[in-house]
Order: sequence, then structure tokens, then C-alpha cells
Amino acid sequence: MAETISQRTVEEFLFEEADMLDEWRLHDWVGLFAKECRYLVPSTDVPADSAPEETLFYVADDRHRLEQRVIRLMKKTAHAEYPRSRTLHMISNVRLRGEVEGDTLATSNFATYRTNRSVTDTYIGQHRYRLTLEEGALRIKEKRTVLALDGLRPHGRISMIV
Amino acid sequence: MSVGVLTNRLPLLRIDPSRGHFKVARRAFVEPEIRDLEMSRIFARCWLYIAHESEVAKPNDFVTRTVGGRPILFLRDRDGKARGYLNICPHRGATVCREKRGSAKSFQCIYHGWVFGADGRLLDQPGKECFAPNFNADGSANLVPVPQLDEYRGFWFFNLDPKAPPLVEYLGRATEYIDKVVDQSQVGMRVIGGTQEYSIRGNWKLMAENSIDIYHGPNLHPTYIDYLQSTTGSVAPMDGTGGHAYDLGNGHGVVEYRGPWGRPVARWIPAWGESGKREIDEIRARLTERFGEQRAKRLAENSFNMLIFPNLVINDIMSITIRTFQPVSPGYMLLTAHCLGPSEESGSFLERRLNNFIEFLGPAGFATPDDIEAIETAQNSYASYGDAGWNDVSKGMPLTEQGWMDEGPIRAFWSEWNRRLTAPGD
Repeated sequence: MAETISQRTVEEFLFEEADMLDEWRLHDWVGLFAKECRYLVPSTDVPADSAPEETLFYVADDRHRLEQRVIRLMKKTAHAEYPRSRTLHMISNVRLRGEVEGDTLATSNFATYRTNRSVTDTYIGQHRYRLTLEEGALRIKEKRTVLALDGLRPHGRISMIV
Repeated sequence: MSVGVLTNRLPLLRIDPSRGHFKVARRAFVEPEIRDLEMSRIFARCWLYIAHESEVAKPNDFVTRTVGGRPILFLRDRDGKARGYLNICPHRGATVCREKRGSAKSFQCIYHGWVFGADGRLLDQPGKECFAPNFNADGSANLVPVPQLDEYRGFWFFNLDPKAPPLVEYLGRATEYIDKVVDQSQVGMRVIGGTQEYSIRGNWKLMAENSIDIYHGPNLHPTYIDYLQSTTGSVAPMDGTGGHAYDLGNGHGVVEYRGPWGRPVARWIPAWGESGKREIDEIRARLTERFGEQRAKRLAENSFNMLIFPNLVINDIMSITIRTFQPVSPGYMLLTAHCLGPSEESGSFLERRLNNFIEFLGPAGFATPDDIEAIETAQNSYASYGDAGWNDVSKGMPLTEQGWMDEGPIRAFWSEWNRRLTAPGD
């Protein structure tokens, strides 16, 4: 049940997620998601809660496309990420934001640094999670990454997982 | 044969038909002198795309954009007439309208409070009594309008050169492909909400090339092709059957072909299921009713990637994208991408269009990040142009007809670029 999920549990979960991304354990990362899930990064000129069914996003993955995204990223032919970037996912301001239909809502602020070809780019914003218990384990039903940016400038891309 | 001479007397293109060579000097991507010439001879003289009509659909709607290095305020006045101005206060140069889009009947500069109407005229200014009665009799305190503003089927362009030939003449044969897009709707196309705004640490011409370059597809984008095969049940990846590349004149170029993907209007793929098939069949039937079988087939099944010189791309592929790229400096450009679709489209149709778009296109898609990677490494290399001085765009040179993976449209771009850059003038 949602009320049994503590602040500490959520923080540990999010920090572990950040480690998985920094260590390029992307298949493990997909394992953090529920069977039915969404991973979203809205465009920066629309409201953060816009619907991907009627608005152009940067990323709007269901389970299938999320798995495919990771399969792609682990290939050497994902040229933008091979040789692989070094990333550092900083997570802070973790807050529980109540429940919806037994799921726990949580947010974290983030700064993600990506270094490749001697260039370091900084992505900043807020992750908004809908977390659920699936067979006793905490899983992500939805992750919405709301960029606190004016577009992807000068980054030019979200080639890894922000 | 060498063509194109600048102040340092070195050629920019090296064309040798006897050996099938078409080479571009890499200094074209690097030198500030060339960038300055591009701003005055290309971006100040060509028709530049500013917005789609649906972005300023109602009276008083406006958008602001930097196009070809110039800040532009584009709006509809209260009568619905489209107008364009340099978004620069005639008083002391501050930005007059600082919002990206909205609705307004007048615009007040934040600096000293001058107020301008949608007709560009200075309506009021604080301390008006301290200005001469005939202070603005010559209109020099009004917003500066763009010298020419025109549209073709909902695509609005401006031109800073008052003597430039009309838009429809400039677009020439490119209008055929704009028609192919707009005819997909019975009520008109619209830009779907959400703008992809990104950048590339590379010269703007590298995106012009990349956008009409199918040659790179199989090599640069195998992960996207793998994805299509695992997802859509598509049988023939990058099937270019009957595909051709065309020089459309005036530097415009297009590649028309059959892609492996489904098209919301109107090419079904197995991944869309039986209900999807019925929907697509209905759309196809309506197209046939309106245009006859032959044209309907082309509208529904054929994909194209088109460059409208110098910096507009319209791709009618698995979705429709309007992409612009604006030079900032020789090694940096800003890109904007919109998704275009029929206004009557909603529900699963619209969802398909958006899914198709972001899978392939855009800075977080399964392909575009790799394009950006290739372009940025190329730009880095051009710093060594003194030692490795020439790019090659020769593929297809000896052929009379350009196949869809030949580089003919890229040569069309460069030939026009060179002609304009080296033409006598200022």
C-alpha cells in the first residue's frame, strides 16, 4: 500500500536509479519500471502536464519503446553515445506528493551532467514519478522529466537518459 | 574548373565533370568572412520561412522568432492581416515583444515605454510633450516592417530584399511538394503544440546537406532501422523503390521515395492492427475521391525530404516536420522543429503521427542524435581545413538521373550558395 512507502525508501530508490544510469546499467534501469509504464520528457514550451497524445514531446515512451531505447543505447551503433558519455545524475529535493489510486507520487530536482568529446553539458529540471508496488517491489509507473530549460540549447540532444 | 572567388581568391567549389568530382572547400564552414557574406547575400536576399498560418490563426495572434539572424515579430492585426516587423525598438533598440507567442493589440517596449500598434505605428510614448509635433512625420519612430511578406498555402515567408522576385517564383517547383503536404487535409494543416528547440555545434549548411542526404541512412541509423523492424513488422527497410532525387532550382532540392514506415495519411503497416487498417483505408478512399487514384497513391505512399533554400526543411515521411536552422556563428546553429498534421486529425491518428515523429526525429529520437554527432565531429575537423581542405559530394555525378541515395540535391544547394555568395554586389 502507498502509505507504507517512506521518504527514505523513495530516496534510496531514486539514488539507486541514478547510479544505474551513471554506470550504464540500462537494462537494470528498465527493470525499475512497472510492466505498464510511461517515460516522458515534454517539450519546454508547453505546460509540464501536457498530454503526449496531442502534444509534441522530446520523449514519450511506453514500455516497448523504452525497452527499445535501451537496446539501442547499449549498441555501439548508437553513435551519439558511443564512445559512451560519462554522466553524473545529481538528485535532490526529494518529496512525496501524495497518492493517486494507491500509487505514490514523488518529485526530485535534478542536475545531470553529460561529458563527451571533452564537452560537458548540464541538464536541469524536475523528475515527477508515479510509483507503484508490483509484486512487493517499488516500480515506476510513470516518470515525467520536466526540463527547467529553454529547449535543448546548447546541448542539442537528449542522447542518453536524463 | 574552379568557380567562386572571394576576397582571398580561393575557390569555394571544385567541379570536375570529367572525373565526376564535386568538392566543397571546408573553409566555407569556418571562416567569419564567409559567414558575413552569407548574412548579406543569402539571408538578406532569400525568402525565409517565418511561421505556419496556424500559429497565428486568430486576429491579434503573434509569434516572435529569430530568423536569418534577425529578430522578427510576426502577427495578425485585428482584421486578420499578417504583418512582420523587426522586433527592435526604433528608439534605443531594446526587444519590443519578449514573449514567444501570444495575443496582443499593441506592444510596449520595456525600456522607455514606447507603444506600437499592430500596424507598426508609434501610438504613444512617455513624455510625448517633449518631442517635436512632427517628430514621427517620416515614420522613423515606427517599427521597421519586413520589406516583403507572403505565404504559399499557409507557409509564411519574409524577404529583407524589397527587389527580390515574388515568393511563388522563388519557391518554383518546390510548390509541388508543399501541395503534396497541404492536400493531405480537407480543412487545412496545423502545427501541433510542442516545439522541439535544440542546437548543433556545427555550421548551418551541414544541416542543409544532412536533410536531403538519404545516403547516410543505412550507415548512420542502423539502430532506427532495427527498431522499425522489431516494432512495425515492416518488410523492406529503406525501400527506395522508384525513388528519385531532384534539383528543384533556386537551390531547393527534394528526395522522393517509398519509406519503410507507416504514414498517418495514408500508408498502413501491420503494427497498426486491423482497426488501424480500416481507418487508413477510409482516409485513402477520401484522397482517391478528391484527387483520383494516381495522385492519391502518391500523396499516401510517397515520402519526401525537401530543402527549401536556404534553411527550411519540410519532411513528409512517417510524420511531417517543419524544421528550420538558423546560423549563429560559423560553428553554431539553432534548430526548431514542429510537427504538422491535418487539422481534422485526432485520437489514434494524431497519436500515430506524434509517435512516428519522436521515434525517428528530434533530439531525443532514435536517429537525430546520431546526425548531430556526425555533424559536430565534422565541424571539429574543419578547423584543420588548411591540411584537409575539401568535402566531397560527388555521388551520382556521372548519372543523368539522380537516384534517391545520390547527392544531386546537395550539389544543387551548393551551386546556388556559391552563385549567391560570389555574385557581384555588396
